[in-house]
Amino acid sequence: MADGNSYTERIVITGVGLTSPNGNSLSEFRQNLLSGKSGVVPYQTRYMGDVLAGVCNFDTLKYQKRKDLRRGTRVGSVSVYCANEAIIDAGLDWPNVEKDRVGVYLGITEHGNVETENEVYEISQFDYDTSVWTHHHNPRTVANNAAGEVTINLGITGPHLTIGAACAAGNAGFIQAAQMLRLREVDIAIAGGVSESIHTFGIFASFQSQGALARHEDPTKASRPFDKDRNGIVVAEGGGICTVERLDDALARGAKIYGEIIGYAMNSDAKDFVLPDSNRQEQCIRLALKRAGVTPDDIDIVSSHATATEQGDIEESRALRNVFGDCENVAINNTKSFIGHAMGAAGALELLGNIPSFEDNTVHATINLDNIDPECALDQLVVNHPLKKPNIQYILNNSFGMLGINSVVIVKKYTE
Amino acid sequence: MSPAEIRQVIIDILAKIAPDEDLSNLDDEKPFREQMELDSMDFLDIVMELRKLYRIQIPEEDYHNLVTMDSTVTYLTPRLKDA
Repeated sequence: MADGNSYTERIVITGVGLTSPNGNSLSEFRQNLLSGKSGVVPYQTRYMGDVLAGVCNFDTLKYQKRKDLRRGTRVGSVSVYCANEAIIDAGLDWPNVEKDRVGVYLGITEHGNVETENEVYEISQFDYDTSVWTHHHNPRTVANNAAGEVTINLGITGPHLTIGAACAAGNAGFIQAAQMLRLREVDIAIAGGVSESIHTFGIFASFQSQGALARHEDPTKASRPFDKDRNGIVVAEGGGICTVERLDDALARGAKIYGEIIGYAMNSDAKDFVLPDSNRQEQCIRLALKRAGVTPDDIDIVSSHATATEQGDIEESRALRNVFGDCENVAINNTKSFIGHAMGAAGALELLGNIPSFEDNTVHATINLDNIDPECALDQLVVNHPLKKPNIQYILNNSFGMLGINSVVIVKKYTE
Repeated sequence: MSPAEIRQVIIDILAKIAPDEDLSNLDDEKPFREQMELDSMDFLDIVMELRKLYRIQIPEEDYHNLVTMDSTVTYLTPRLKDA
């Protein structure tokens, strides 16, 4: 170990709620990650027709009425479901929680495209008469929509933010939570990342124009990070939300502790709109390690960001090789190979799907890795089948995004 | 459209914008808002749906006519007679 954690106050995850294309709870998600079950399916999107996507099938009426769904957005619905699940899982005495001491911090890749596309289509049916443009457009498209819908649903009167951080957003939500808890702005943070991206045709069309939209005759094999035969991203929706608390508060109420957020970092490439930069990714990883007070050798699992784009996978592989090249302890996996790229939810789901490793001492695999790209060759990749690994203590979660935004979170198995 | 047909149009719109409500016992003489959860955004949905369905523009100063089912049907009958 390096010379100790640089933070004075310990921050822990105490409840988990999620929906992913292959599971609507942590246990279901985990089981499918271990059994190699993909969540990618054929999907129809406006104007483009047949594409592939990661689609969630959570019960939208579990915590909302039909009118709530009609009033709000898909990402609001995802967020409300996950936040409620997390609060229940955390065992919080919710009616007696001081709601003005709860903050909601949700990472998101983009927002407003779904509603805007829907409305442009709608007025096109009326010869572009803007008088039929819905009055719901503004409240649905404001950038705080996802987190705001959670506060309305749960009566939370503390601060709420939706954090725009491209595909680094899931980690950014957890980081914001840790910071706000340490600043004592809140006592409980509802934090993570969410995505409704499959409901906008624009994201599919843009990736296609970029030559980065995955196609495969078998949808379950379409998302192929690190594989030489990869041909792009599978867009997915989803959400991963946790209750995050200061350790002392969690212990005082006898909470189950999933893990401790011991380090994190964010930085910027300052270089390109879309192309990643392994140098900055490496810096981000090393900064998170330093702040956590651990060395690369301490890390048991690296949850990679790789999206199955050629340049993205190569750049991250280079960064990982530079940091973990001679580390025999580490195992590297990838969740997008199962569910596609859940955009704002990706970082959160990818971390949460690995958290049960602290209990089952198993590393879920990277699936669809049949012919590894030599430029992505990493000895530590867990290929196609889970790996049993004793005494898993540390998970490092990478999430990177467009405009050169990088985020890394390190979670440790809780020990006194 | 006849008043009865207009009433059904309004019922269909209410069913769409307030899908959790039971409209079978709606009292046509009582304000909608006393019988179901309707806020100002929902009310605008009624106006919007009529605009989309029948291209009828209801000015804001006439909104008070849409308080009850009876007043709504009375207001709309001459405006939708050819619809």
